[in-house]
Amino acid sequence: MSTVNANLTYNYTVVRQFAIMTVVWGIVGMSLGVLIAAQLVWPTLNLDLPFTHFGRLRPLHTNAVIFGFGGSALFATSYYVVQRTCQARLISDGLAAFTFWGWQAILIAAVITLPMGLTSTKEYAELEWPIDIAITIVWVTYALVFFGTITKRSTPHIYVANWFYGGFILTVAMLHIFNNMALPATAFKSYSAYAGVTDAMMQWWYGHNAVGFYLTAGFLGMMYYFVPKQADRPVYSYRLSIVHFWALIATYVWAGGHHLHYSALPDWAQTAGMVMSLILLAPSWGGMINGMMTLSGAWHKLRTDPILRFLVVSLSFYGMSTFEGPMMAIKTVNALSHNTDWTIGHVHSGALGWVAMISIGSIYHLIPKLWGVKAMYSTALINVHFWLATVGTVLYIAAMWVNGIMQGLMWRAVNEDGTLTYSFVEALEASYPGYLVRFIGGATFLTGMLIMAYNVYMTVRQKEAAAESNAATQAA
Amino acid sequence: MSTFWSVWVIVIVLGTIFGCAWLLLATRKGQTNDTETENTTGHSYDGIEEYDNPLPKWWFYLYLGTCVFALGYLALYPGLGNYEGLLGWTSTNQWEAEVQEAEEKYGPIYAQFGETPIPELAQNEDAMKIGQRLFANNCSVCHGTAARGQVGFPNLTDDDWLWGGEPEQILHSIAKGRQGNMTPKGVMPNMTNEQVDQVVNYVLSFSGREKDAEAAEAGAAVFAQACTACHGADGTGMQAVGAPNLTDNIWLYGSTYEWIKETVVNGRQNQMPAQEGRLTDDQIHILAAYVYSLSN
Repeated sequence: MSTVNANLTYNYTVVRQFAIMTVVWGIVGMSLGVLIAAQLVWPTLNLDLPFTHFGRLRPLHTNAVIFGFGGSALFATSYYVVQRTCQARLISDGLAAFTFWGWQAILIAAVITLPMGLTSTKEYAELEWPIDIAITIVWVTYALVFFGTITKRSTPHIYVANWFYGGFILTVAMLHIFNNMALPATAFKSYSAYAGVTDAMMQWWYGHNAVGFYLTAGFLGMMYYFVPKQADRPVYSYRLSIVHFWALIATYVWAGGHHLHYSALPDWAQTAGMVMSLILLAPSWGGMINGMMTLSGAWHKLRTDPILRFLVVSLSFYGMSTFEGPMMAIKTVNALSHNTDWTIGHVHSGALGWVAMISIGSIYHLIPKLWGVKAMYSTALINVHFWLATVGTVLYIAAMWVNGIMQGLMWRAVNEDGTLTYSFVEALEASYPGYLVRFIGGATFLTGMLIMAYNVYMTVRQKEAAAESNAATQAA
Repeated sequence: MSTFWSVWVIVIVLGTIFGCAWLLLATRKGQTNDTETENTTGHSYDGIEEYDNPLPKWWFYLYLGTCVFALGYLALYPGLGNYEGLLGWTSTNQWEAEVQEAEEKYGPIYAQFGETPIPELAQNEDAMKIGQRLFANNCSVCHGTAARGQVGFPNLTDDDWLWGGEPEQILHSIAKGRQGNMTPKGVMPNMTNEQVDQVVNYVLSFSGREKDAEAAEAGAAVFAQACTACHGADGTGMQAVGAPNLTDNIWLYGSTYEWIKETVVNGRQNQMPAQEGRLTDDQIHILAAYVYSLSN
């Protein structure tokens, strides 16, 4: 595809930076995940230090993978996609650079403050108020760069990937600001502006949309560019993308109530949260179908292209977890699954299977293009990574399904006299094998990331080596 | 909620569902063809084109089905503002119904033992099996699954009773709970550090473990002034106020010099929560018999 303006150049610097940091934060975040998974099997790994305790490292794990790994992947791909599909350079290189350095500074602040125990205690929003303000500033800048670039596009329409990125950027701004409203008490201590069940509802309105917008809409944007690109096929259905985009963003914001079934939340809000979660099934699957069907006529490419395999398998996991999600939102199912490892399994079938795999596939597609080389250093290693990631994810979620359903059943089992059959500790002891399998699954997934880091390093070096030898030839 | 908010909720809930359904139907109506096509929308973004394919039929019906289900569910259950739903269901009345059902089902099992005197019941194997389960569910978190207690939580298997080991006393402890309170330095707030050392040694001397015989001897006077009101002149305690016997070498808060000093200096506060209302009278009766059986 030639560009309309022959002099047009894209800002790849910021994309390259974020692409590399995707791999770096992926390794950091997943290593922490493997460590805390190990702590659940071998509690002595807490090391008896407050900074290395599960309770402090778990939020660091979630922040590092969501905002570090996922965030960097979203920044990298959205900056790349918006430029390519709008045929316009980012409106400001300076602001784009600010979002990169600002975002990395925020992540470093998370790495420092969370192990120190500085937390606002809101899940996925643990960072204290000064960091929240920094996030707001960087995020608004991100929105300016993204939407500014769209306004100066040289294409007549806005491509579907950009709708999803745009929806994700706007909604996350709103969620972040409202959920983190708090009264500062000291430099690193604040109190939520909301009380009681209102606070819980705000938290899960945010929390579920961290999944719905941050971890879904944004990554669907990724899917809409990299799947057709890598498959070299047109998107299956433009109409489907319209319906599922608007329905997805309209219903996802309602779904948070299903985290608070059978709680002090008023019944009407629980019911609304449940029915909207069920309606959400079809819009979610719309994205999966559109991605999968884009491959029709190109299925044979899966045999030779492990990058495409990453993208397709990520869609399968997306379809699976977006079926599981609405089911778990049903009150009676939730009564069994709530507070069990099933929830952890569900989150990771989305996080590892969907979010991580689509990101990894996209980054493998991006790296050679960003550094101007023909392909990744080793396709065989991508294939190895693919299998490690797939096996790791399956081990992880299978272990958590078994554990979760077992815990739910053990907790509710009663004797003939109505007393509980099992004490909590008995259910915990029964969970150990599952915890071990989960640890192995996570470690397998992490191994794949390390292979990716090597492959990326070699690809980038290849380019630098070529540039050096070029320079040497010219000098001679 | 007020009528305004009720209407607000109804409008946005139904608005979202009907909006989704309208979007679906309108998009389907605008389809240029019903079957898969090779026609594109004519746009190309960085080389990506889009087919003008129709919405997959099964997906269309799935989507419509979930919207219909949602509307049906909202008619039956409370979801639309103040509208209560045709079934009259609330999470509270579901809970109440389950509690009632459980009481009807399990109540008679407990009731058959409710009139048996506790010492007799403690010999009844069936009742004690139930008692053990009740204990595991309700008491073991503090007293341990074997009822041997831990620091701050009494061992229930020995013959040492803080509040008395007679059936009526045990029943009272479980049903009404107990508040144990030792004030710092007993009733002698101006106790000096030296006197603290003396009285701790004196208390240790009850079980022959004093560190400093001279101090222990001097401690008798301090004990008489500060401690006897509750623990008695001979240190054997007083069950009426839950004051432990200090002479039997059984220690609620640790037996070492350091632990006892901590107790003397800062006092102790303790609570056994009342189970009345949480458990039925019959269940409490069986539990009391179980606890009685542990040491009788």
